[in-house]
Amino acid sequence: MDNIAIVGVAQTKYAKRKKDKTCADLVFDVTRAAMEDAGLTLGDVDNVVTVSNDFIDGRTISSMAVGDAAGAHDKNISTVEGDGTFGALYGAMRTLGGFGTTLVVTHAKGSEGDVRFITNGMFDPIYQRLLGLESISSSALQARMYMDRYGLTEEDFARVSVKNHANGKNNPFAHLQLDVTVDDVMNSEKLADPLKKLDCSPVSDGAAAIIIANESHVKKAKTKPVWVRGMAHCSDAYLLGDRDLAVPQSLAAASKKAYTMAGISDPLKSIDLVELYDAFSYMEPMWLEGMGFCEAGKGARLLDQGVTAMSGGLPVNPSGGVLSSHAMLVAGLARIIESVLQLRGEAGQRQVENAKTALAHGINGACGQAHCVWILGNQK
Amino acid sequence: MAQKVAIVGTGQTDHKSHRPDVTGQEMIREAVDRALEDCGITIRDIDAIVIGNMDHFESINYVDNWSIEGSGGFMKPIMKVTTGGTTGASVAIAAYYHVASGMFDRVLAIGWEKNSESDTTGAIITCSDPIWDRFSYSGAIPSLATEATAYMKQYGATQEDAARVAVRDRNNALNNPHAHLQRPITLEDVMSSPMLAHPIKLLDVCPRTDGACAVVFAADGEAQRLAKQPAWVHATAVRHTYSWFGDSTDYDAGLVSLARASQEAYKKAGISNPAEELDVAELYLPYTYAGIKWIEDLNFCGRGEGAKFVRDGNTNMDGMIPVNPSGGVISTNCIGATALLRVAEASIQVMGKGGKRQLPKVNKALATGFGGCFWSDVMILGAERS
Repeated sequence: MDNIAIVGVAQTKYAKRKKDKTCADLVFDVTRAAMEDAGLTLGDVDNVVTVSNDFIDGRTISSMAVGDAAGAHDKNISTVEGDGTFGALYGAMRTLGGFGTTLVVTHAKGSEGDVRFITNGMFDPIYQRLLGLESISSSALQARMYMDRYGLTEEDFARVSVKNHANGKNNPFAHLQLDVTVDDVMNSEKLADPLKKLDCSPVSDGAAAIIIANESHVKKAKTKPVWVRGMAHCSDAYLLGDRDLAVPQSLAAASKKAYTMAGISDPLKSIDLVELYDAFSYMEPMWLEGMGFCEAGKGARLLDQGVTAMSGGLPVNPSGGVLSSHAMLVAGLARIIESVLQLRGEAGQRQVENAKTALAHGINGACGQAHCVWILGNQK
Repeated sequence: MAQKVAIVGTGQTDHKSHRPDVTGQEMIREAVDRALEDCGITIRDIDAIVIGNMDHFESINYVDNWSIEGSGGFMKPIMKVTTGGTTGASVAIAAYYHVASGMFDRVLAIGWEKNSESDTTGAIITCSDPIWDRFSYSGAIPSLATEATAYMKQYGATQEDAARVAVRDRNNALNNPHAHLQRPITLEDVMSSPMLAHPIKLLDVCPRTDGACAVVFAADGEAQRLAKQPAWVHATAVRHTYSWFGDSTDYDAGLVSLARASQEAYKKAGISNPAEELDVAELYLPYTYAGIKWIEDLNFCGRGEGAKFVRDGNTNMDGMIPVNPSGGVISTNCIGATALLRVAEASIQVMGKGGKRQLPKVNKALATGFGGCFWSDVMILGAERS
């Protein structure tokens, strides 16, 4: 297998409602910005992968609306439906499979849809949809199971929200720029027990793009290449009742495979920072367990011991994470982009010192049914 | 360096207008089981899965997650690829890249659609821009009718010329046990069928079908072990070139996406005279006029010569370039699976597993996908490792 690298990145500022831009406008903006970042022109982009979802866009063949904006006229193009990390994975496969460079671009305007209705559409139409299950209520079931299994408290999760919102203030792209305390989280409106408003990510508008290059094409770009050292994805069972919701086994499998590819045996030692998909506060400790940074049930202790703080040994979500900005589909690609900026040393106020290896993570489906894990490094 | 990839097994459901006997997952499972059996492996041997459909048809979001019981994807890498009518071909091409990248050795591509559970036209109308296009020029039939009318005016083709394509494909379908429509038809049947949008009549267009298709892609080394005669992927090419129907109506230029994609694929596969060098073509022809026009874009014949090319029998089973031995889209159309069925049928011909629809000796086969805003996907398969 060849070496591949990410040579260009771009993201919009995430916001509640981008009234002045259509989806195509957002895609056009980040496509152009990613090329500018890489110092490449459209002629240097060999093929395109767009990421969209027909339910979110309210259009069938949602990819139809963004192909031109992504510069794909007369180019090879495909579309992944799901989180941006999965689209990036297909982009990486295309780069390894013969293309010199691949542009991956994703967009979502949460403001133009009904997220409860859209995520209710993930559930079985006969037995589950009528119960009203959607992302928040299903995640509440998962959070409760996780608490009961390991004796965790709502405050354990609230502290994640406090940390990540504080980090978000260092990120000019973040949607929410909030000062919150544990009390604020605990007193915020209860949406689905035990999840309160400040345990949940906002619904954001935004777009993001990356350019992946095969080693033979890396020098065409002006940026410091960020090398893809490992990548893997895996899906768990569909029905919530068929899964042990407190144990993300598909994440463990994907992580293990990605670590093996990257030659990592002790992730806590080898990885300098993590950008993970914390759609809800409880997810951060749970995903850290799945990623093998600690034993099952000990994720919250990493936070308490300061390990996941900006000053700790493993800063988690220096960007503020998904709790600070959640444009669906875009959020995972943003994790990759944030990791790239960290590894280039271009993350400004949210920079983790001397970051050499990063883990970026995305999820698909209810309660993290599917996970995608990327190990990125500034060395091959 | 990309690793070489071949198709080693295919499976398709029994296609019908309504499959009340199975759920969507069960229908997918039917195709998957048959594909695995075809190459003598079990789901444990599958490293990764790519699946696609049209979300709004069955109104299921995140189909990759929902379908795990049917696809066999529990604790496997799964990805969803969806591009409208071209979905089946996009899924096949994604499965190809899964293997070509070197990341996986045995990958399952799945396309499916349970059209009986949807309002297809209602859903498809939402593909066009909600402000500018949706209330005037949208859905499948209006844009195809416009294209057909322009072609007839330009080259003097007649409704009978187009009808011959339906007669050919529907009669080929009689040899395909999986085909949805299995009733022989005549030119007169097509001509006297109800007019939907001039000049398209009921028997000029594809049906709506419930069905699924699964195809196993394998890496060099593994492919030779799993199939006596693997169908090697010689080329793939894609052009999804327009976002607006209005931009794709330069009818003088033909179906630009297909012309450009096939040129690229021919170049990659070292084909200079497709009609002579290809042994079979499984084409995504959603309506009959495509069967006389788009073969020009594929360079099977010159501009304006499509009707005569078909009339002279060149695309018949015993012709220069047999088109759609399976009966094609006019006989079976489970949308998310339709283009994958073209890939499956082309590989079946290369593998020599076509039964009554098998052509004598197939060295090179072409499959196409069509959809979206007059978009095209192309795959060329061959008996030689290339």
